[in-house]
Amino acid sequence: MIYLDHNATTPVHPDVVEALLPFLTEKFGNPSSIHWAGRAVKGAVEEAREQVALLAGCEPGEVVFTASGTEADNMAVKGVAAALRGRGNHIIASRVEHPAVSNPCLYLEHNGFEVTWLDVDRDGLLDPERLEAAITDQTVLIAAMAANNETGVLFPTGEIGAIAARHRISFFCDGVQAAGKVPLDFRESGISLLALSGHKLYAPKGVGALVVRRGVKCHPLVHGGSQERNRRGGTENVAGIVAFGKACEISRETMVHDMARIRGLRDRLEEGILAQVPDARINGHRELRLANTTNISFAGVEADSLLMGLDLEGIAASSGAACSSGTLKLSPVLAAMGIPAGEAKGSVRFSLGRGNTGDEIDRVLAVLPGIVARLRGKP
Amino acid sequence: MTKKRKHRIVVAMSGGVDSSVTAALLQEEGHEVIGISMQVWDYSQFSAPDGEKFDTCCSLDDIHDARRVAEQIGIPFYVVNFEEEFRRLVIDDFVDEYFRGRTPNPCVRCNQRIKFELLLHKARELNADYLATGHYAQIEQRADGLFHLLRGLDPGKDQSYFLFTLTQDQLARVLFPLGGMTKGEVRRLAAERGLRVAEKGESQEICFVPDDDYIRFLEDERGTGLMAGEIVDAAGNVLGRHDGTYRYTVGQRRGLGIAHSHPLYVVGVDADSRQVIVGPKEELVSTGLVAGDVTWIVPPVVQTVDASCKIRYRHQPVPCSVAVLADGRAEVRFREPEKSVTPGQAVVFYRGDEVLGGGWIEGNL
Repeated sequence: MIYLDHNATTPVHPDVVEALLPFLTEKFGNPSSIHWAGRAVKGAVEEAREQVALLAGCEPGEVVFTASGTEADNMAVKGVAAALRGRGNHIIASRVEHPAVSNPCLYLEHNGFEVTWLDVDRDGLLDPERLEAAITDQTVLIAAMAANNETGVLFPTGEIGAIAARHRISFFCDGVQAAGKVPLDFRESGISLLALSGHKLYAPKGVGALVVRRGVKCHPLVHGGSQERNRRGGTENVAGIVAFGKACEISRETMVHDMARIRGLRDRLEEGILAQVPDARINGHRELRLANTTNISFAGVEADSLLMGLDLEGIAASSGAACSSGTLKLSPVLAAMGIPAGEAKGSVRFSLGRGNTGDEIDRVLAVLPGIVARLRGKP
Repeated sequence: MTKKRKHRIVVAMSGGVDSSVTAALLQEEGHEVIGISMQVWDYSQFSAPDGEKFDTCCSLDDIHDARRVAEQIGIPFYVVNFEEEFRRLVIDDFVDEYFRGRTPNPCVRCNQRIKFELLLHKARELNADYLATGHYAQIEQRADGLFHLLRGLDPGKDQSYFLFTLTQDQLARVLFPLGGMTKGEVRRLAAERGLRVAEKGESQEICFVPDDDYIRFLEDERGTGLMAGEIVDAAGNVLGRHDGTYRYTVGQRRGLGIAHSHPLYVVGVDADSRQVIVGPKEELVSTGLVAGDVTWIVPPVVQTVDASCKIRYRHQPVPCSVAVLADGRAEVRFREPEKSVTPGQAVVFYRGDEVLGGGWIEGNL
């Protein structure tokens, strides 16, 4: 079995499993409790907060743990909108945000906010000048992701952060796909809020975080007890948080080395496909993108048939964002890049990770051209 | 198909007991089985407005059932999205037909244009040798080298009527493993295997019409009152008014709202004049019909074929002769006059248990 869908989710790192297991067994306490059982876990949650902060480049006190990246995205968009409603009702968001960001924006659009959706160019890049031109005196939030989940294309967070700072507007950056793959520098980039997800970087599903810069106004999404300094109610998912912290620590230590190796495999895959499969093209800027991701259009092919054909050979890849019913719809990301529907229909994403090997890439290259030829009716 | 060879077979899984048993049996025979469900309709459009039950052939609940059966028997499972094609090729056709004064059969259309066309194409893309479904019908390759389509063994379940459009190319690549079984046997096989859908009920409704209320569906699609008009008799006397021609089907007796000395039946629907024509029972009877878009499973060698025919699904075949006309039409003469020939329905020709072909009813003789 060959897994090339790490942007969907990653296998939990063995060291992470080892780190979390005690918190499913003997260390069962509630971190809010004053007694020995609570004390035994409270420190672990705070240590995890430090580990996440080190990866993100922020202060530990700025990390708010959530139950997912999606929750962090929702909290950022709706929380800032609620807190700054009196100041303005305008949001700027890129057209290629993940649904966890675009749908909360749409929700606000139906509830009195105005949203300016910023186009990207054919390479998937965002133009900071156009972003700045969209700012009005009502703008309270700019939402732009660090790395796109479908193409891996990177946005210039530093430049966006500088623009946001100049206009004193909050900048929310969805860092879910970027974390663990490129260095994040929350402080230096001028990001006000940064969303992270555990399971994209070898922690389990069900844990994420929103980093909220000190002084940035953002209301809670989940009201309840006083956990997370009153920013997110609910007893902490201790095992998940510990695992997330450990995974961030491992990522920080191994990222540079891992990504260099993964980039080599990705490039080998891409070059092999371009050499062996006619009418294949890479979507997204070739340099300004994540080292692990490639999004390729195969003209004259339906992506779902290609994915099924690969799956029957034991190869896991995907097309755009995985959808709950398991069916395919045309990708809004590729549409925003101006890629014609005929080409977008045959677009497949391969996202590599820590476990992949050169042999696996060779196996894909041995199988894929034949499947594409069959789908094009030229076996 | 030779039983000994191992084939790659796609099974069209609806989440019902029939297609689930189909998948299980083929897998037990040692074939490489792949389950596929078709998502043909966005059910979120019908989020049960009054909390009513909406659970038919291909809903998401059924896709969930299909997925769980596939997991249970250990085969790969995929969902393919044919919403756009189903809308265009089945639903729009269904609505158009009603607005033309005809009574359509969307299940035949779905088989013809979606299941044995698009899904079969998907199966071929996956390098499958066959597409199998849970239909109660049988395919036999005979000495003439041709594939013959036969009724299902269970007379209460026979679904060959819905399959008359299949071509030789399609029949060569399709399997109906349940064709020689009864529904009772299939349920028993499901129960023996502990399949989670063994007890599941039948789906009889049109899968995209909630609560079988096709009138509400048509009016949601196109608006109310567009086809309102007069109720007349054969002589043109106006007997009353109606709210839409599509509310009436030939042979219908109820819902006319006319007091009359003898029972009145719908004997015709004229969409152009928006008239519903009614008459006594005798006027329902005709000696034959004309069909269009006629296709033959095995091409006839003579100009006029002796056969029996079904003019709707729940109809006992009646003896007839079929005269082949130009441009894909045929003239069918019943040996005994027959009631309620309904334009838009399919007429299917049989000889004994064999389906010879069929067409779409244009009108009576």
